[in-house]
Amino acid sequence: VLHTTRPLHTTQQSLAPVPPLPEKGGEVRHGLIPEEFFQFLYPKTGVTGPYMLGTGLLLYLLSKEIYVVNHETAAAACILTVIIYGIKKFGPDVAAFADKLNEEKMATAMAMKNESIQTLQTAIEQEKKEQWRAEGHSFLFNAKRNNIAMLLEANYRERLLMVYNEVKKRLDYQVAMQNLKRQKEQDHMIQWVEKNVVQSITPQQQKESIAKCILDLKALSKTAHAAV
Amino acid sequence: LPAAVLLKDTKLMDVKLGQLGTWLAMRDFTPGGILGAMRRGYNRYYNKYINVRKGGLGGISMVLAGYIVLSYMWSYSHV
Repeated sequence: VLHTTRPLHTTQQSLAPVPPLPEKGGEVRHGLIPEEFFQFLYPKTGVTGPYMLGTGLLLYLLSKEIYVVNHETAAAACILTVIIYGIKKFGPDVAAFADKLNEEKMATAMAMKNESIQTLQTAIEQEKKEQWRAEGHSFLFNAKRNNIAMLLEANYRERLLMVYNEVKKRLDYQVAMQNLKRQKEQDHMIQWVEKNVVQSITPQQQKESIAKCILDLKALSKTAHAAV
Repeated sequence: LPAAVLLKDTKLMDVKLGQLGTWLAMRDFTPGGILGAMRRGYNRYYNKYINVRKGGLGGISMVLAGYIVLSYMWSYSHV
């Protein structure tokens, strides 16, 4: 006795995909004896071999009373006749019905599989679309960055302008103050000088100056008459 | 050259008649082995005649015929 070591795990066995079921089962002749028996006896005895064997066996069992014929035999014969008649008549219909049931089951299973495949496909396409969308984000960000830069620039310039205005206002105020002061001083000085001059004009001087003016006017009128 | 040496898992059909005794002694007769053999036999029958797309009548009728024969054998003394 020799125990060989069976080679383990040589092929790549995987449980999925499951191989499909065979179409038809093993052949059975007369519903009772598998076909392999007939094939087994064919080389030695030809086609009629197993039937002869069956007949001989049956006669042996009957004659030696290994199979006893009693009331049950008659009952069995009647029942078997009815059963065989029923099978021959309604067999194909029942088979078609069972096949239809099977087909429906297969159809629902396939529909589920196809549906899930479809949903996965649409999911893949949507995912690709999302990826394409994500690429566009860079444009969006650039635009936003530009916007922000512009806002900052505008704000900066606005503040610059404000600073300029404020400083100018203060300087203008200083200038206006100086101008005002000088003007006031000027006015005051002029007034003071005028007042003093007017005060210094005594009435006598006034009379003399008026007489002088009259004389000058006469002289002027004479020259004017001459010019005309 | 002597007769072919029996390996552990030769099938029954390949065993020559003289080696039957040795082959029988080689088999696994532990409870686990017997259970395994029954399970294997059941699986073979099931996968060949019942677990197919268009199963026929022979699948169950053979089982019923075997049951009839066995029950007759067991109740032979009663008849």
